[in-house]
Amino acid sequence: MKPSHSGTLAETALLIAAVALPLLLQAFGEDYYIGFATRLLIFALAATGLNFIVGYGGMVAFGHAAFFGIGAYAVALLMNAGIFSAWITWPVAVAAAALAALLIGAASLRTRGVYFIMITLAFAQMIYYSVVSLEFAGGDDGLPLEQRSTLVPLDLADDATLYWVTLGLLAASLMALKRLAASRYGRALTGLRQNETRMEALGYPVQQIKLVCFVVGSAVAGLAGALLANQNGMASPSQLYWTQSGMLLVMVILGGVGQRFGGMLGAIALLGLEEVLGRITEHSHFYVGLALLAVVLYAPRGLAGLWGRQK
Amino acid sequence: MTQLILEQALNGLQFGLMLFLLAAGLTLVFGIMDMVNLSHGSLYMGGAYFGAAAAQASDSFLVGVVVAMLGMAAVGAILEMLLLRRLYLRDHLAQVLATFALILIANDAVRMIWGPQPLPLNPPAILAGPVELFGFIYPAYRLLIIGVGLAVAIFLYLLINHTRAGMWVRAGASNREMAETLGVNVRQLFTIIFALGAALAAAAGVLLGPLLAVQVGMGENILILAFVVIVIGGIGSVRGALLGSLLVGIVDTLGRALLPTLLRATASPEVAAHLGPALASIMIYLLMAGMLFWRPQGLFPART
Repeated sequence: MKPSHSGTLAETALLIAAVALPLLLQAFGEDYYIGFATRLLIFALAATGLNFIVGYGGMVAFGHAAFFGIGAYAVALLMNAGIFSAWITWPVAVAAAALAALLIGAASLRTRGVYFIMITLAFAQMIYYSVVSLEFAGGDDGLPLEQRSTLVPLDLADDATLYWVTLGLLAASLMALKRLAASRYGRALTGLRQNETRMEALGYPVQQIKLVCFVVGSAVAGLAGALLANQNGMASPSQLYWTQSGMLLVMVILGGVGQRFGGMLGAIALLGLEEVLGRITEHSHFYVGLALLAVVLYAPRGLAGLWGRQK
Repeated sequence: MTQLILEQALNGLQFGLMLFLLAAGLTLVFGIMDMVNLSHGSLYMGGAYFGAAAAQASDSFLVGVVVAMLGMAAVGAILEMLLLRRLYLRDHLAQVLATFALILIANDAVRMIWGPQPLPLNPPAILAGPVELFGFIYPAYRLLIIGVGLAVAIFLYLLINHTRAGMWVRAGASNREMAETLGVNVRQLFTIIFALGAALAAAAGVLLGPLLAVQVGMGENILILAFVVIVIGGIGSVRGALLGSLLVGIVDTLGRALLPTLLRATASPEVAAHLGPALASIMIYLLMAGMLFWRPQGLFPART
């Protein structure tokens, strides 16, 4: 991908359109879709974090739901303890996800390939079952939020404000990850993905580089989880279940592994398709599945890859 | 207490043998073709639904089992020839995407055909009651499952270790390219393995149907357990799958039954009440993570 002038221009135009979206929706009286658009952006954020791990780090992590869920539960538990401020709870959510990723990653990175897929899955399932059997975490019912987090001076109770805050965090995360990928560290990560043995021979601390990537991507998921708890009004165990990890991975592959906007594209395409089909049929997942099969067979590099080929 | 432990151990054996039916096919697919197949749980669900529908229509549990196994073997073979065959040489990500898509399709297909409500499936009437076994009472139906599971295990053992086809399977699992070069028709062999695996998964679905519920999503829960089993046993090894299944079945069942009691003896009741169930439900995942950490190739590595 070449960072052309027209590329940044298109990105700016897209950002302006995204900022204006809630105003347009309000003007047309379609306020429901503000919440839906927020959901899209939240999943785009979580998938972007996963894409950093899978696409840039070359690690097929099958436990992303764990960090997504930890972010949500951190916000809900702190709110139950009487702490409402997002200035405190959201950073805690990110830190909690990062800490969990540090521990899980340090253990998991001893393995590779298919074993890495399985061990991340195992750790995520442990977290799911632990949370479900803990009474103070709400068990099977999840933890409802008394209200949305407070983010002085903004009013998150307003749907459009939550949308803008989410959009801002997504844009900031994309920017930060882009910078990280272009940095010295990012170059090392790319080299490692292409030839790990050579990087090791060159004296790079291979395990640490991978671990940092895993932690960063998971921390982004923690932030997305904090946002989703606010959007849904609760932290739910289904957010921690392995099918959620599968869904996030599907978004990344659908959008384009290792493409900067791959996670975002995939999340928007998948949830958008689900929503549109859901209006027509009760069995939207049936057709979503067929569409995904078509992508596997005919667009092996995902939607972003499709775009790149046409240019 | 002994009574409880014995009963739970038998339950664990029964659950483990059913896990083995699922894991046997999965481990071969995984081992020979290096294919991550998330849709194996859907074959299990499909079997349960086929079986429940057929048993209801014919009023015979046996007919249900036979229809489920034959039906899912056919579905499995078709699936392999139309789709999965094209994924063997792709990376794990493509396989995850495709087989996850299959889960979505299967779940909605089942809802379209049978509706969102769980289907009733009763054990055969003769086996509905309990029997007395060495002085204690145990459900006859569970004993049947144990019997069937053991029979299948012996059948697979003979098939894989003492027939020509079994030799091809073992050759394929330890080194696919080499087996191909030596003239094994891996393509055809794999369709057969996949159909057999589907039939076994279907059998597990019908047999567990009366104990667990026949409902959408039943495959997702058990699929991960099957993965735990094959990782512990060693990917590609049927022998490993058997040992792994029994280990997981017994550790999980006994853990759930005994851990809360054991904890109560050593810690305060409050801690035990909280920690017991949590610890019991993550034990097998701890087992798997520990295995991956210290011996990633599993108990019986199949690959050379």
